[in-house]
Amino acid sequence: MTRLQLEKADFEPLGIDNEESEKIVGESTSYWKDAWRRFRENKLAVFGVITILLLAIMALIGEPISGKSYNDTNIMNVNKTPSAEHWFGTDNLGRDIFARTWYGARISLFIGLMASLIDLVIGVIWGAISGFFGGKIDEYMMRIADILYGVPYLLVVILLMVVMPPGLWTMIIAMSITGWISMARIVRGQVLQLKSEEYVMASKSLGASNSRLLFRHLIPNTLGPILVTLTLTIPTAIFTEAFLSYLGLGVPAPRASWGTMSSDALSGFEYFPYQLFFPAFFICLTILAFNVIGDGLRDALDPKEGK
Amino acid sequence: MARYLLKRIGYILVSLLFIITITFGLMKLAPGGPFTSERKTSPAIERQMQEAYGLNDPIHEQYFNYLISAAKFDFGPSFKYEGQEVTDIIKRSFPYSLLLGLEAIFIALAFGVLFGTIAAIRHNKASDYTVMVIAILGISVPSFVMATILQFIFSMKLSLLPIARFESFAHTILPAFALATTPLAFIARLMRSSMLEVLNADYIKTAKSKGLSERVVIYKHGLRNAILPVVSYLGPLVAGILTGSFIIEKIFGIPGLGREFVESVTNRDYTVIMGTTVFFSVLLLISILVVDLIYGWIDPRIKLANKGANS
Amino acid sequence: MKKILKVNDLSVSFETYGTDVQAVRGVSFELEEKETLAIVGESGSGKSVTAYSIMRLIDMPPGKFDGGTILFNGEDLTLKSEKQMQEIRGKEISMIFQDPMTSLNPTMTIGKQISESLIKHQNMSKKQASSRGVELLKLVGIPNPETRINQYPHQYSGGMRQRAMIAIALACNPKILIADEPTTALDVTIQAQILELMRDLQEKTGTAIILITHDLGVVSSVASRVAVMYGGKIVETGNVDEIFYNPKHPYTWGLLGSMPKVDSKGEELLAIPGSPPDLADPPKGCPFVTRCPYAMKVCRNNMPEYTHLSDTQKTACWLLDERAPQVEIPETAIVGGYKQHV
Repeated sequence: MTRLQLEKADFEPLGIDNEESEKIVGESTSYWKDAWRRFRENKLAVFGVITILLLAIMALIGEPISGKSYNDTNIMNVNKTPSAEHWFGTDNLGRDIFARTWYGARISLFIGLMASLIDLVIGVIWGAISGFFGGKIDEYMMRIADILYGVPYLLVVILLMVVMPPGLWTMIIAMSITGWISMARIVRGQVLQLKSEEYVMASKSLGASNSRLLFRHLIPNTLGPILVTLTLTIPTAIFTEAFLSYLGLGVPAPRASWGTMSSDALSGFEYFPYQLFFPAFFICLTILAFNVIGDGLRDALDPKEGK
Repeated sequence: MARYLLKRIGYILVSLLFIITITFGLMKLAPGGPFTSERKTSPAIERQMQEAYGLNDPIHEQYFNYLISAAKFDFGPSFKYEGQEVTDIIKRSFPYSLLLGLEAIFIALAFGVLFGTIAAIRHNKASDYTVMVIAILGISVPSFVMATILQFIFSMKLSLLPIARFESFAHTILPAFALATTPLAFIARLMRSSMLEVLNADYIKTAKSKGLSERVVIYKHGLRNAILPVVSYLGPLVAGILTGSFIIEKIFGIPGLGREFVESVTNRDYTVIMGTTVFFSVLLLISILVVDLIYGWIDPRIKLANKGANS
Repeated sequence: MKKILKVNDLSVSFETYGTDVQAVRGVSFELEEKETLAIVGESGSGKSVTAYSIMRLIDMPPGKFDGGTILFNGEDLTLKSEKQMQEIRGKEISMIFQDPMTSLNPTMTIGKQISESLIKHQNMSKKQASSRGVELLKLVGIPNPETRINQYPHQYSGGMRQRAMIAIALACNPKILIADEPTTALDVTIQAQILELMRDLQEKTGTAIILITHDLGVVSSVASRVAVMYGGKIVETGNVDEIFYNPKHPYTWGLLGSMPKVDSKGEELLAIPGSPPDLADPPKGCPFVTRCPYAMKVCRNNMPEYTHLSDTQKTACWLLDERAPQVEIPETAIVGGYKQHV
């Protein structure tokens, strides 16, 4: 390097510019803003969201736009392959599969959403109380959860379905009876971890009441894991619905869901594969979409695991 | 160690008591349940039932009698099939399910761990993406759809494997894979994320700084730590395989316990439902205990034995 | 004294989110046999990246060498293959890390973790390695080494784990030991013990040490020479006395001022205001300009060259230019009353 041409003036003091020196380098972003950016950058997750939105719209308008009812049988028109008249073909009773598919979407999505919402409410309350109060209360509450957890989920659901009158809500209630446990455990774990952190201590020492702590500090901070668990519970419920339908414990006719449609189509699969294809495809697509959304949320909300 | 085991077995017994009580209660409530006299059953079975449960006794006596016989592994006669004991049905069908289940668990573990490890090592490369796409598809396809697809491809189109029944090893391949798909995909994802985390751990840097080769670092230092979450997933895995068998055995026409259970549900054969439920629960509770013992063996930080107890 | 390591104009960058973070920007220093060189700086100054580069423990990508050489015994480590590096790591150069709680494998006995490098580099049998392991544990001051060797890390305390780490690192008598903040995660009393152990072992084994730290107190008790890093560059280097008693760079003054002193009763510790520069968009001139109380116009766009103040001390600061105003060392940075706090 050659000696620079410098003048006396260059050696005048700048004076420390406090504003500049205290400037945080790099763009400052809030946690949620940052998470949202990471989520948007995840193409798969965005695909998932769009898919779910489209499916939801079709669930609402699919049956009306087909111009047919999910339940109109037509003996003259059974087992027709997809055509201009019947876009997804017809089933063994001559019912239009397109109309049935979107009607089924309504039932399947409804079951998935309701079951997860009930799980959410029970799980968050149970887990938060258990983790927050700790001690004996925690021990008893978690012991109960442990015992319920020891019984296979599907076994419990099946047993309940056997003894309760068949129907949509029966299924949702049966799923919720043990479904909340994993949510409760996650919330409890988060609460326990957060409870020991300093800002909660600080808030406590300032005399914040328990309910204030619970709702203002702990629950907002456990929102991330809850959200992830929620998105992953919905596909489990849809899965379970299909499973139960296959065992003949699904929503009773004339109602149809993707699960009952697939299980009805299985026996004739060899001859009419399209009858299985449509409902099965949409089950897979929905579960896939929720899974990638869940993964995307997890990655977005937990920067540690970022690539 | 002994004290730990005793304590755990105590918990298992409490859980079982709870499960039996709940099933007993549920079956009591069931429409046309096993203990209601309006139900039409053949006179022979009626007699057996009367004998076995003393159906006219007060409920609490019936309950205690059921508890005592359940403890002796006697779940009474089947409702549907005359002269058949529930215990006999379990004894006859369980071996099929056990064999199928073990095969599926082996497949899920072996391939899941392998794929997950490969994906983690080749993080953000083509093989990582391939594994992850397969895994997420595996999680998204319900097992009965998977089973049907497998039957369609390997039996109907390619005629490579038998489509149903359970007579030789070849017969077990399709159902075992169909049963293993979901847990396999799940384990692959679990293994991948845990391996990625482990590979970033400080002790991996330590291992590298000793000049160990990549292979040694990954397999000797990484794998044992990364596999811990998979081990804790073994409990849910057993439960999943167990319930998965309900559907898979039905599709593949395998005379296992899963199919018996499903049939008993369809027939409302309450004694069989109760017996198999209790049996499944025992099975699961024991496997969870075994899993915990394995975990303690792999992770030295977990102290199974109480302090001072001889281990 | 023979120079065993020469780092020459080393530059390392990391690609994240499409931008290059230039973590190390033209760093040069030398290490003599049996000496201890401390590299001091705050987090983000590039000191750890420099250390990891010598070990070639930087994942590439996202990291990459942008230039420079690392000569060890005359051979350039930046050109070595991974396989060749495996022969050097643990045998010629080894490393200990900041947090002994996480740097040992929790599922492997301490003995096995020591044996590994012995078996790999010195072709020992398992039995030989194990008995050498016991010797090493004894050397680093672990009581009952015969039983301790078969225990797992969770059965050790934090200080003992760091001792075990040192035993692992010294197993093959390496020429260089790189210690990355070896005492930061430990209690103060344990810190002193570990530092004393390192000093002790260096006398016995003659291993040269590169000590990475942000704590000048640690430096004064073990190092013979110091390099002060800021913003990916070495801004001042010299032997311990020069850095402590005749520092010339305002950043070094800041570091000295922020250090607790024995006689400073009730006096507050001075923090250096501001935060380090964004190395994704490194400043054209002196990296310290935004935080320097003496910054001049020239500092903004021109990186100062080194002024050689003695055979051992050199400083990169425009204040040393003859045209710059005379600046006195601030009182807070005077180490008169300073005693080694260890």
